[in-house]
Amino acid sequence: MANYTEDELAQDLENQEYKFGFTTDIDADQAPKGLNEDIIRFISAKKDEPEWMLEHRLEAFEMWKKMEEPNWAHVKYKKPNFQDIIYYSAPKQTKKYESWDDVDPEMKETMKKLGISMEEQKRLTGTNIAVDFVMDSVSVATSFKSKLKELGIIFCSFSEAVQEHPELVRKHMGTVVPTSDNFYAALNSAVFTDGSFCYIPKGVRCPMELSTYFRINEGGTGQFERTLVIADEGSYVSYLEGCTAPQRDENQLHAAVVELIAMDNAEIKYSTVQNWYPGDKNGLGGIFNFVTKRGICGLNSKIAWTQVETGSAVTWKYPSCILKGDNSIGEFYSVAVTNNYQQADTGTKMIHLGKNTKSTIISKGISAGKSHNSYRGLVQIHKNATNSRNFSQCDSLLMTDECGAHTFPYIECKNSSSKIEHEATTSKIGEDQIFYCLQRGISEEKAISLIVNGYCKEVLNQLPMEFAVEAQKLLTISLEGSVG
Amino acid sequence: MIEIKNLHAKIGDKEILKGLNLTVKAGEIHAIMGPNGAGKSTLASVLAGREDYEVTEGTVDFEGADLLDLATEERAREGLFLAFQYPIEIPGVSNINFLRTAINEIREYRKEDPISAKDFMALVREKSKLVELDAKLASRSVNEGFSGGEKKRNEIFQMAMLNPKLAILDETDSGLDIDALRVVANGVNMLKSENNATIVITHYQRLLDYIIPDFVHVLYDGKIVKTGGKELALELEEKGYDWIKAELAN
Repeated sequence: MANYTEDELAQDLENQEYKFGFTTDIDADQAPKGLNEDIIRFISAKKDEPEWMLEHRLEAFEMWKKMEEPNWAHVKYKKPNFQDIIYYSAPKQTKKYESWDDVDPEMKETMKKLGISMEEQKRLTGTNIAVDFVMDSVSVATSFKSKLKELGIIFCSFSEAVQEHPELVRKHMGTVVPTSDNFYAALNSAVFTDGSFCYIPKGVRCPMELSTYFRINEGGTGQFERTLVIADEGSYVSYLEGCTAPQRDENQLHAAVVELIAMDNAEIKYSTVQNWYPGDKNGLGGIFNFVTKRGICGLNSKIAWTQVETGSAVTWKYPSCILKGDNSIGEFYSVAVTNNYQQADTGTKMIHLGKNTKSTIISKGISAGKSHNSYRGLVQIHKNATNSRNFSQCDSLLMTDECGAHTFPYIECKNSSSKIEHEATTSKIGEDQIFYCLQRGISEEKAISLIVNGYCKEVLNQLPMEFAVEAQKLLTISLEGSVG
Repeated sequence: MIEIKNLHAKIGDKEILKGLNLTVKAGEIHAIMGPNGAGKSTLASVLAGREDYEVTEGTVDFEGADLLDLATEERAREGLFLAFQYPIEIPGVSNINFLRTAINEIREYRKEDPISAKDFMALVREKSKLVELDAKLASRSVNEGFSGGEKKRNEIFQMAMLNPKLAILDETDSGLDIDALRVVANGVNMLKSENNATIVITHYQRLLDYIIPDFVHVLYDGKIVKTGGKELALELEEKGYDWIKAELAN
């Protein structure tokens, strides 16, 4: 039969490499390789930081030195050599951009390739996304700043926040993810170079999506960014995060910390489309993505994490919610795709402290190639969390016979009035489904795309429109020709 | 429309079709009947291009093209439609999205522009009436949570939307109550034209009370062993298949 064979498809795929695998030729200002106190002082001095910030970093470094790299996750990789990483790399033109016109043309080109066209956004009224762009370690450009300022919203790079709003940073940084939380959080606290900061004042509903685009460019560098989102009482914000990196043979380390604070009656929606370079088809290269993300909820507040994870060689990530305030709500929607030799260990923690707290977990894992995909989740109901509820649904879809899907749900309940539900399914993508589509005239590629997107629908529906479209395309690209 | 000559097909080592001949012309309805295991569903699967089956001998000419040389989706785009005996569920994919994708892929194949949203919705309204399909089912996920009857009606709805040249109905009547049977048959009859043809594969005569075939064929042991008019179906209903087996033994 003259069907398009697996081999042909595989060949096409090899030719169709990682779309974002270009590097940008921009002079970078770098620290020497390695990690010691001097490097930390160097980073702090480069950023012109106040004394308290340097002290915070040095304390974190002391803690980190005594900690051990965690190895409980269901992933196997060669541990990074922390002395072989460049901890600071900034595009040379580090002066602050007063306007979009000041931005380096090479950099603008990079952004264009990534699909972040601020010029277009500026022209089109009606597209409501403010973007902060972080390349290697430094925030490059933030758009729509003045418009946000009118509402009292602060949306800027983390370094800028340290300078301009030290009181907010000092008060909240490390309150959700303490320095001592884990090995990578401590490392991040010592060496983080930039990231995004966002503050929504009381009662303000942020009128546009706030978005940060992270890009690792230089070779041999690690990216350690720090994001802090504070939604003051009764406010609302929807925050988006996108990540890409060039193709390199080496493994690069990305260890970020994200902290969300939703005060009483506030709501934060945090969406991520993670597409770090996953390594080649033989498992060479790719990003190690070791991220700590956590949010804390006040009274009647809500935090919703949505993530579409298609990239990275190894992912270790558990966006979590501490439901401290009564009646607060935590949600976690996740699609994690692994192909070739990728490994993902991802999930969430829902910590119920307050009364009538509710959490929902929808996790959709898709494994292809020889990859391993694990869901790891913790639902913890504390003794005062009367009438708390959790619903978890963990589905796994297998595309080949050589991949693996694993589920590690942990449940700890200390309150008898609470209700916890857990559902899990594992299925192999149906040849019958594909045949059905083919028989209606739909190509195999489109068929897989339809089926996978249908499978992930509950999660994709949570994303803002522009991101949902991008995520759908990404899923299709990540999985093309992967049925076996 | 379609001319099948000396078709042999096997699954694994087991030969199921053993030299089947069948010619269907435009405007005709052919019924294929036969006992269990005769190869009825295999014939449907082989014509549609299911990979599990290997064709070892024979030719199939479909409107001048060598059908066996075409990929599954190309056969569909050339106008071959199979109404499944067991329609497949695709969770999270709406019927509408599914059909729109299919129609546009077929149109692209014919080098036509994609259908406009307005025309598409008008088509959905028109065709869903034909099979008395609840408008809500059109926007639900493909076959997910549909009753047996709804699934079969949905097959006919899809057939109406895609407007094929040759439709093969694989035991579409199985599991249908009399009302659903009437609706499905009505749909098929209303879609009948001088330019298309239908092959109805069935176990029972009762569907043929509603869809009047021009020819009835008996498929037995991988071959068409007897061909007649509508009255052959009645005879089979009355006497079963044993007399045919006996006839063949002689």
